[in-house]
This record gives sequence, structure tokens and C-alpha cells, in this order.
Amino acid sequence: MPRTLYDKLWDLHEVTQREDGTYLLYIDRHLIHEVTSPQAFEGLRLAGRKPWRTSSNKATPDHNIPTTDRQLGLKGIKDEVSKLQVTTLDDNCKEHGIEQFDIEDERQGIVHVVGPEQGITLPGMTVVCGDSHTSTHGALGSLAMGIGTSEVEHVLATQCLVATKQKNMNVQINNVLPKGVYSKDLTMSVIGKIGTAGATGYAIEYSGQAIESMSIEARMTVCNMAIEAGARAGMVAFDEITLDYVKGKPYAPSGTQWDNAIDLWKDLKTDLGAHFDETIKFDASELKPQVSWGTSPEMVIDIDSVVPEPKSNSESNALDYMGLKTGMKPEDIKLDQVFIGSCTNSRLEDLRIAAEIVKGNKVSKSLKRAIVVPGSGLVSKAAIEEGLDQVFMEAGFEWRAPGCSMCLGMNPDQLDEGDHCASTSNRNFEGRQGYKGRTHLVSPATAAAAAIAGNFVDVRSIVG
Amino acid sequence: MNEYTIHSAKMVPLDRSNIDTDQIIPKQFLKSIKKTGFGPNLFDSWRYLDSGYPGQDNSKRQINPEFVLNDKRYEESEILISKANFGCGSSREHAVWAIQDYGIKCVIAESFADIFYNNCFKNGLLAIALPKDAIEELFRISEEGKNIHVDLINQVILDSAESEIVKFDIDNFRKTCVLEGLDEIGISLKHSELIKSFEKNKKEVTPWIFK
Ligand code: SF4
Repeated sequence: MPRTLYDKLWDLHEVTQREDGTYLLYIDRHLIHEVTSPQAFEGLRLAGRKPWRTSSNKATPDHNIPTTDRQLGLKGIKDEVSKLQVTTLDDNCKEHGIEQFDIEDERQGIVHVVGPEQGITLPGMTVVCGDSHTSTHGALGSLAMGIGTSEVEHVLATQCLVATKQKNMNVQINNVLPKGVYSKDLTMSVIGKIGTAGATGYAIEYSGQAIESMSIEARMTVCNMAIEAGARAGMVAFDEITLDYVKGKPYAPSGTQWDNAIDLWKDLKTDLGAHFDETIKFDASELKPQVSWGTSPEMVIDIDSVVPEPKSNSESNALDYMGLKTGMKPEDIKLDQVFIGSCTNSRLEDLRIAAEIVKGNKVSKSLKRAIVVPGSGLVSKAAIEEGLDQVFMEAGFEWRAPGCSMCLGMNPDQLDEGDHCASTSNRNFEGRQGYKGRTHLVSPATAAAAAIAGNFVDVRSIVG
Repeated sequence: MNEYTIHSAKMVPLDRSNIDTDQIIPKQFLKSIKKTGFGPNLFDSWRYLDSGYPGQDNSKRQINPEFVLNDKRYEESEILISKANFGCGSSREHAVWAIQDYGIKCVIAESFADIFYNNCFKNGLLAIALPKDAIEELFRISEEGKNIHVDLINQVILDSAESEIVKFDIDNFRKTCVLEGLDEIGISLKHSELIKSFEKNKKEVTPWIFK
């Protein structure tokens, strides 16, 4: 029977069915960060259990660590509560012999940037992490899902996840994206259309010409936000672009193992005639740059459109919270801060796109602050080699050390009350970037152009 | 985990859809390495008028009189009712721990986000999804300040006069998780031998995942 990519990945990892009807799914890779793991390790300890397979687990701190004073290492964490969480991760990794890229390691970074960059996450794998944006890794043709802390403990102890099979959804994006419209705009448009619960209970496979012609980094941006559409997993079939990306990565197979891997990976695509429970089609050529106006990622508009009339209680609350009025144009929104970073958009390609727009310009005087936070130490290093840090700093951006930073503001990088921020992150929830902060989700290009103008502009007029 | 049979309690109505886990427990409280103590900060930025931080004396804070959890009528409610897509966003299990720590024993909504729903049952928190009209009915009853009975064994919700409001679906395993509190890891480890042989095969076919 013809199978979807998701079916195949599932079949490759199904260990057994438990009596209760759920399945044990073997987990190849388990990524760990400091926020969702301490209680899981504590649980293991209390039950006298040990990790099942140490090599499966790789850890890095990202959520809590400051993006300044990195040379100070742990001493750079001023907040004692945050520091305890980071040192707890250090201790847990040491105790169990788990490999960690710690705060002083140049490979440290946002867990979803580090995994693919190192080849720690590879095609055909099952990947889990106590973080909902684990869906990112699906861009490599893997089954990657966010899990809760109890599940983290379960995976540590058994190397399996208790799972039920999801339904299959195909999000097909035909044609190619116009100039000035990026994978971020695409993924936001999809969420705008199907809603934040539109794919609940489904695993999404993204396909179509727009996806096929995208780089892996751009595909990661798309899969990253699958969770914002309610899907636990988003994925893209393996192809030549995947192969080129994976080749030579530190943890990728080499020699004869590499040849064997390719043989297996070649099959990581949906068979002709396989059944999808739901198929949604988009025409990429009709998509426009997106800006979110509300407090849910489904509250998005095209750059050339206006803030809509609220249709529900939640939408009126959102308008109030954001301090916006129906009929306002994106260019009427005065910005206070700009944040380029997060696991959605902090890879080298994102920084290049933003730098191209920033080059030779100055950050608007009306902004309090504009920051660039590379996704990992290695992204940062590569960007510096290309001189991107200089481009940003000359324009008036601050160049920071890697981490989640202002995506969720667990560290000191936060919005002030009432601030409007153009952000390349993935969530515009109330208070996400700082108490009473107002987040507008955009692509790196739109964020860069907004930093120069002080308000939103249509980047198609700049790069078009 | 608490034993759960028939639960009779008042409801607190949260009339919003897409309530995300960032609202349920804001990020600054995620710095804790414990599972307890999150209750006073449940819905922190809606519940208080100032911005909270970990370790603070919450009794000294200014409460937001307009937020439903602060409404005297809903004091001591042990059932939280809400609209569609409850618990969306971040996978933080702290959201469930906060709800439980506050004293809520059951969350009823039109629908739930996947990860949150899973997290509930891993902690023995009962989450029930109901059709829109049943939710409307519960909202109405909650405003009258009346109790409802959640009869998990028979999967039915009754009003204070013991007449049926609505039946609900729940899969058997989840039901047992709440009723008895299971050691899920223990159950999975019964399959250790199978996992081992599966892994052995993996080692031959995809040795690179063991790097
Ligand atoms: S960058 Fe943001 S969304 Fe991504 S893992 Fe960090 S906090 Fe989560």
C-alpha cells in the first residue's frame, strides 16, 4: 500500500503496541535544554532509574542564558534562579554522561539550531525534545515532536515515546514565492488560513514546488511553526537539497555508512497515491509579506492590508492588548524594538537576508533598540567571518551572543510595557516578550526594513 | 496522584479561546527546578495588576478585580471551564502543575492543544473536551454559582440536582491514569526486551544514530 512520509517514519520506529492501544515509538534522538528537563531528571532519580541510552541524548542551555557578557561563562548569569537551572543541567549531564554543548562551548545555541547544524538530527530519525518547536527538525525528513516533561522522563528511561498515530495532512504550496516573500511569510499565511488549531491531531507534510525549491534553512522556518497550526510534527521529504545540507556535518555518517544512509533516506518521501486525510493547497505566487496584528499567530494580515474588524471575544481582547484599531495599516504601527533571532529565524541565511537590507542604512532614531541574536555560536562565527556583524552594528543594531533571548524573554532581553516589537520569532502571545509587550511576527527581511523605517514597510518595494 | 471518582465542585469560567500556556504560567516562573509552588502564579499576568517574579510574596500584590479567578463568586472552584484550543503554544508542563497546584481538579473546554492534553493525563489532571452547546450550558450554570458533578467512571456530567447535562468521551488508558495514577514508565519498561531487540536491529541498520 502506498504510504505517506509520516507513515514511513512511523513504521520505521514502531516498537510495539501496548495493552492500552497506544504505541511505543523508538526515539533516535533526544535533545535536552535547561527549562523542561530538571523535573524529569529528578523523577528518574526518585525512581532509581537511569537513562536508557546515553548517546541518544544531547543537551545545550538556551532559554535562560543572557546574550551579553558571554565571555564570563556562568558568571555572566546575574539571575541566581536562572543560573541554578543552567547549572542543574550541567550537573545532570555530568551525572549521566550526557554530551552537552555548555555555555562555554562554541557549539552552544538554540537547541533547534544546534541539532541540524551538527548533524545530530538527521533524515529518517525520530527526534523529540521538551520544547514544542521540535517540529523544526522535520525539515530534514525526520519525525520530530515536542514533548512535555513527563515524556522527557519517559524517553530518558525507556528510549521510547508513548504515542498514538496522528492523521496525515498535506499542505501543498504550488508555484514559487515572489521576491520579498519568504518561508516565514509562507508559514504565517498557512496558519492565518487554517488557524492555530487547524492541524490539531495531524502530522503535516509540506510539499509542492515552493517547498521543493527551498533551502533546508527555509524549510526549517516552515516546519518550526507547524506547532502554531496545532500540529505536533511538520515535515518535508528528503531530496538532493537535504543530502547536500547533511553531508559533512560532524555527527552525520561518513564512509560506507554514508552510502548506506543515502540508500535508506532516498525512500523518505510520500508514495504516489498515498492517502492524506486532509490536503490544503496554496499558490505561493499569490502570497505576500505577513505581519501579525494580534496575540495569536493566526492573527495575521498581508502587509498591504489593514487591521481587521474583530470577529470574536479573543480578537477584541487582542486588539485592546495590542493597542491597535481596526483599519490601521501596518505602516501606521510605530515600533519601539526590533528582534532578529529565535529558532524560527536565526540561521545564517536569515541573517544574510536581513543584512542585505540593513547594509548602508541606519536603524531609525525612533527605536529604543534593535538586536540580532544568532541561533548558535557557529552561526555567529560564520556571520562574523562574512562581516555581517559589522553590517548590523554599523547600522545601529546590537550584536548578541546566541540563545532564545527575546523570543520569550526568560533572560534579561525583554520588551518594556507597551512596546511594539517587530520580531522574527514564532509567538505573539500576551507578555511573551516581556510584561505587556506587543509582538508583531514578521520575516527577517520585514524586521530589517522595519528597523530602518521605524515602522512596517513592504519589503517587496526594496528587494523587488 | 489523587484518586478520582465523582467530583462535585463549582466551576470558574474563562471565556476565551486559544488560551496559551504562556498565559497559564508566564515564563519567569519556569526557572524553578521543582514541580510544585506554581499555583499562586497561575494566570499571573491576568490575575495581578503588577508584573510578577519568582519568589515574591504574592499576598502583597495588587490583584486584578476584573479577572474571573479573583471574583468572589468563583472562590474555591475546582473545575476550570474554557473555550476552544485550550493550552496551545509552549509544551511547558509547568502549566499543568500550576493548574493543579492552584487546586483545580478538572479542566473542561471545547478543545485542547495536543501536548497540553497529554501533559494533563501524565499528571492525573482530568481534561474533558465537550461540544460547543454543552460548554455554553456549563458557562450558564457557572454563573449561577452552582456545582456540577463530574462522574468519571460513568463518563457523564450531572447538574447539582443529579440530572445529566452531557456525556463525555475519554480513552480508557487516560481514564485509568486519572482514576488510579499509573507509573507509565513502569508499564513501558515491561516491554524492555522488545525495546532492546528493536534497538539491536537499529544498531545494524542505522549505526549513525548511536554517535
Ligand atoms: S527560540 Fe523561542 S521558540 Fe525557539 S526554543 Fe527558544 S524560546 Fe522556544
